[in-house]
Amino acid sequence: MKILVCISNVPDTTTKVKFIEDFKKLDVSGIQWVINPWDELSLTRALELKDDSSTGIKSVTVAHVGPASSEPTIRKALAIGADDAIRVNAEPSDAYYVAVQLAEVVKAEKFDIILCGIESSDHNGSAVGGMLSELLDCPSVSAVSGLKIENGLVVINREIDGGRETVQVPVPVVAIVQKGIAKEPRIAAMRGIMMARTKPVKVIEPVTVSAFTEVVKYELPKPRAACHFVDAENPKQLIALLQNEAKLI
Amino acid sequence: MSVLVYTENWDGKFKKLSFELVSYASKVAEMLNTTATALSIGNVDTAELAKLGNYGVNKIINATGEGLDVLDNQTYTRVIADFATKEQASVVILSNNNTGKALAPRLSVKLKAGIGAGVNVLPVSLKPFIVYKRSYSGNAFAHLQINTDVKIITLAQNSFELIEKNSGAAMENSSVQVDKSGIRTQVKDLQKQTGKILLTDADIVVSGGRGMKSPDNWGPLVELADLLGAATACSRPVSDEGWRGHEEHTGQTGKIIAPNLYIALGISGATQHLAGISSSKYIVAINTDKDAPIFEAAQYGIVGDAQKILPKLVEAVKEIKGR
Repeated sequence: MKILVCISNVPDTTTKVKFIEDFKKLDVSGIQWVINPWDELSLTRALELKDDSSTGIKSVTVAHVGPASSEPTIRKALAIGADDAIRVNAEPSDAYYVAVQLAEVVKAEKFDIILCGIESSDHNGSAVGGMLSELLDCPSVSAVSGLKIENGLVVINREIDGGRETVQVPVPVVAIVQKGIAKEPRIAAMRGIMMARTKPVKVIEPVTVSAFTEVVKYELPKPRAACHFVDAENPKQLIALLQNEAKLI
Repeated sequence: MSVLVYTENWDGKFKKLSFELVSYASKVAEMLNTTATALSIGNVDTAELAKLGNYGVNKIINATGEGLDVLDNQTYTRVIADFATKEQASVVILSNNNTGKALAPRLSVKLKAGIGAGVNVLPVSLKPFIVYKRSYSGNAFAHLQINTDVKIITLAQNSFELIEKNSGAAMENSSVQVDKSGIRTQVKDLQKQTGKILLTDADIVVSGGRGMKSPDNWGPLVELADLLGAATACSRPVSDEGWRGHEEHTGQTGKIIAPNLYIALGISGATQHLAGISSSKYIVAINTDKDAPIFEAAQYGIVGDAQKILPKLVEAVKEIKGR
């Protein structure tokens, strides 16, 4: 079986974002780019499965839709341990555009398990994985917090409101991954970094498709009013404020 | 033209989020000068279904059929898409919860409809259709223009006020034929949290961070939560250390919540934590470091040791609750 991990290139999660061109575009100056956190966890789990010979996983490939400038993030995924990578050479204009490109990748290379993060930390759309599964007309399981392979079937833990379900699905399947799938993201070792330089990155051109959505403007959150401090010796006053001023309790 | 809202049920019951969805859908329908229809799938009794009619919808569809007891995303997508087409829906609304996140993107492809995900206010413009949504994990907001004929919105939980309005909703029973060979998700096991207020449903959340120092110190925090009818939560280091379960982890990679009141005890407020709680209406912080970023997000704060202050808070709440 072959696993594909779809990765998104996002600003480091501690970035204080700024915008340019009248709040229409992200100011990329000084931004550190990283693999989207959920995609990184997906990659880690994929590699764990490949390490276990009983799973029959033969390869782990990463796919990314983005311009050449996102190559360092792809190399990072290769350094962590992916066998090879595919980059669709295009600006990822919206979730649908990206999903259509990824669907072409999957159709051409026939992957069995496709892992996508539940959202990207930049656009928070929670859409690419589900869209991809519908384009492929294959099963999808969302909010995945555990994934293993038993007798050629994929056994998945998914979070539901107020609990957890264990479900079984045949391949091909798109698993949309959240926290819990792997304990901690795997880190690239020096040997991996050296090896990543020579691992294959296939660059393919995008298919023509129109995006469904566009961001017309960004806004920064409104600053909150200054904090009202209560004396540490008198916590009772805090409760009184919550009761009488904010009327919350 | 109409607005269709999918109202999920939990063991045949709706909850506050269902009524938030219906209130929101009715308002969107009003903006568009059209009607709103609620779609329920699975077994829900008539009295429960009628509750949806208290929040302004014009029609309630009660879709039942064999094979709908498992959330198979492909099957559910087909069912919702069929009703969306039949009702000529121009806007389809779902929750931004686990189910909504699983179904909305599939529906998007099926209906050729762009998604505005995690929206918490009414559309800011109809022509063009623009929604206001969370972006960069709460560090920004985006005005997202949806250019397709049909639009999908997923509504963030706890973000829209209930609007009571009885529009004399008509009830329509519909029996759905499901092609069972198309159901590829098989449920092997189900574990449910019982008797606990769900973090994502809660109006009040009491949360602990590394400043709580040890998993043994959680007693008073849980007691405070119980007294307030609150859910308990924690920061990432706490769940990573295994002091509390992962389901309590609140923050960028954990749960994103929007309670009325979030009480942060011994949490410094790293960007990733704030990403999960910044939509809370009120934040209260107790931390030893007066320069901790959590105080920039908080309306009320105490600079001090959460462990020492907690018992006094418990006492004060007991007093006002008369216990």
